Amino acid sequence: MLKLMSQIPIADYTDTFTKKITNAFSFLFDPIKEHFGNMMDFTSSSLSAIPPVVVIIIVAILAFFLSGKKFGLAVFSIVGLWLIHNQELWDKLMDTFTLVLISSLLSVIIGVPIGIWMSKSSIVEAICKPILDFMQTMPAFVYLIPAVAFFGIGMVPGVFASLIFATPPTVRFTNLGIRQVSKELVEASEAFGSTGAQKLFKVELPMARQTIMAGINQTVMLSLSMVVIASMIGAPGLGRDVLSALQRASVGSGFVAGIGIVILAIIIDRFTQTANNKNKD
Amino acid sequence: MHEKKKRKGGGMPIIQVENLTKVFGKNTKQALKLMNEGLSKNEILEKTGSTVGVNRASFSVEAGEIFVIMGLSGSGKSTLVRLINRLIEPTQGSILIDGEDLSKMDKKALRKIRREKLSMVFQRFALFPHRTILENAEFGLEIQNVDKTERKERARKALELVGLNGYIQQTPSQLSGGMQQRVGLARALANDPEVLLMDEAFSALDPLIRKEMQDELIDLQASMKKTIIFITHDLDEALRLGDRIALMKDGAIVQIGTPEEILVNPANDYVEKFVEDVDRTKILTAHHIMKRPEAVNIEKHGPRVALERMQKEGISSILVVDSQRNLKGYVTADDASDAKKNNIRDLNEILKTDIKKVEKDTTMHEIFNVINGSPIPVAVVEDEKLAGIIVRGAVIAALAGDSEVNMEHA
Repeated sequence: MLKLMSQIPIADYTDTFTKKITNAFSFLFDPIKEHFGNMMDFTSSSLSAIPPVVVIIIVAILAFFLSGKKFGLAVFSIVGLWLIHNQELWDKLMDTFTLVLISSLLSVIIGVPIGIWMSKSSIVEAICKPILDFMQTMPAFVYLIPAVAFFGIGMVPGVFASLIFATPPTVRFTNLGIRQVSKELVEASEAFGSTGAQKLFKVELPMARQTIMAGINQTVMLSLSMVVIASMIGAPGLGRDVLSALQRASVGSGFVAGIGIVILAIIIDRFTQTANNKNKD
Repeated sequence: MHEKKKRKGGGMPIIQVENLTKVFGKNTKQALKLMNEGLSKNEILEKTGSTVGVNRASFSVEAGEIFVIMGLSGSGKSTLVRLINRLIEPTQGSILIDGEDLSKMDKKALRKIRREKLSMVFQRFALFPHRTILENAEFGLEIQNVDKTERKERARKALELVGLNGYIQQTPSQLSGGMQQRVGLARALANDPEVLLMDEAFSALDPLIRKEMQDELIDLQASMKKTIIFITHDLDEALRLGDRIALMKDGAIVQIGTPEEILVNPANDYVEKFVEDVDRTKILTAHHIMKRPEAVNIEKHGPRVALERMQKEGISSILVVDSQRNLKGYVTADDASDAKKNNIRDLNEILKTDIKKVEKDTTMHEIFNVINGSPIPVAVVEDEKLAGIIVRGAVIAALAGDSEVNMEHA
C-alpha cells in the first residue's frame, strides 16, 4: 500500500545539486577559502604568539572587572588556563578559540539583521521559522559534507558548518526580543515622530538587548560544540585530540582534551553572560 | 465658572474630526455598509466578524480647550485618540489639524505633524527604561535632530514645569508612578506641541496623586494654553478637567457637551445611567439648590412684620436685608416676639449677625460643612447681596437626585 511510487532519489538530487553549486560558485568559494583561510591562520598564529602568561593575566583581569570585582571567575580562569597550558594544549586551545571567535562573529553579523527583518515582517518570520528549525535539528555532522565539497578541509569548512548550526539562536532571540518590546514604548516612539531607523536604534534594539545577548551566548556555545565536531573535516584544535583519542580508544588523552574544551566553554559562557547581566543593572 | 470656560474657547477649531471610523478585521467594506444601515456593534461582529472600534465620530476641538473623551473600557476611546495621531490607521473619515487633513498625509508629512503639533501622554507612562529622566524628556527633540545643548535646555525647562528638576539623572524605575507620569508629561511638553493627547494619563495613579496631577494639569493648561484631548473612564475626572466632554459607547459618540449639560440633560438612558453614580456634591452648587429667600427690610419693617412673615411661612427665623438687598443678618421668632411685647420698633436691636453665608458657585461639597450644625438656613449671596437660601431639606433632596432641584439655572 505504501508502494505508491518507486523511491524518490532525494539523495541523488542532493548530490547533483551540491555538485552544481560547487562548480557554479567555485569562483566564489575558492577565493573565500584562500583568503579566509589565510586570515584565520594569521589570527590563530598571532594569538599563539602572545606568551601564555600574558593571555592568562589579561583574561583574569577582564574576568575580575566584568564580574563586578569578584574573584571567582578570575581565579577559575587562571587555574583553568594554567591547566590547559600544563597539559601542552595551548596552541590547540588558540586554534579552537579562533574558530569559535570567527564563526560566532559571523553568526552575529548575519543573524542579528535577519532577526530584525523577521521581527518587522510576519511573512519573513513565517518563512524563516521552519528554515531555522531545519538548520537546528539536522544532525550537525551532515553540514560537514557540503562544507567539504565547497571549501575542502581545514578551518574554513569548519566555520561554514558552525555558521549554519550556530546562527539560529541569534536570529530567533533577536526576533523575539524586538517583538517583546512593549507596545506602548513603540507607540511612544512613533507618536513623537520617529522614523523607522530611529525607532529601531533608539528604542527597540536597546530594549531587546538583553534577549539578543542571551541568543548570542547560545550561538557562541553552539559554535564551540560545532568546532569540536568540525575536527572530523580537518579543523585544527582541541577537537582533533578528542577525535584521535576516540579512534585509538585512548581514554586518558580524550579526557584531557575534553577538560580543555569544558574550561574554554565555561570561561566563554561566563564572560558573555556576566557582560550581559552587568549592563542590566 | 461655566461662563468663564465658554469664553476661553471661542477661537477656531484646532482639530476637526469628521466621520472618523475604525473597523478591525478583514471584512471592512461590508461592516461599513452595515454600520451605515445603523446596525449595532454586536450585530456587525456577528455578521462580518469585524469589530467596530470607532463608529463615525465627529467633533471639533477649539484651541486652548480641554476636551475629554470619556467611556467605559471597550468603548473605543483609546482607539479614537490613536486615530487622531494615526497610530492606528482610520478606515474612513478625516482628521483636520489646522485645516490640514492628517488622514491623507504621506509618512513624512505625518511625522512632521507628530513632531511639531501633537504629543502624546500614555496610560502606563511608556517611559524608556534605558534612558535617564532628562534623556526621556528630550526624546521628542532628539529625533528631530535638535542641537544637543538646545534640546537638553528645553527638556530641562519642561521638567522644571512639572516640578522634577532635581531628578534628571535618575532612571524611570527609581521614580514613583506620579513622578513617572510627570516625566511623561514633560516629554510631551518639551516639543512645545499645539495639542496634547492624553490617553488615560492619570488612571494608573492612586487617587490622591491623581487629584494632584489633575490640579496641576489645569494650572499648566491655564498658563500654557495648550489644547488637550484627555481620555478617561472616570466621570469625576472628566467633570473636573473637561471644558467639554464627549461620551462614548460602543465606538460611537453619544453626547458632547459641557460637564453641566451632560449631568443635567443626559442625551439618553446610557448617559443618564452613567452620570447616575457621579458624586453630585462636587458638581452642583449653591445656585442649583437655593430657594427664593424670605427676607424683611431693615429700613422698612419692624419686629411685628418679621414675626408675621415667619408665622405665615412657618419658619423660626428670617433673613434681614437693607433696601439694596445687602444681607444684614437674621432675627429669630422668639426675639421678634419678645420685641413685640416690649414694644421695640427697630429690628437692629434684635438683629443677629452670626449668619452663615456661601457664594453662588460654592459646591455642595463645601456647603455641607457650613450647613452642618447651623440651626438657621444658610444664605446664598452674590456680591454681598442676598440671592437665596438653602435649607437642609434641599441639600438632602439634591443628594438623592431629586428632580425638584433647580436645574433650570444650569
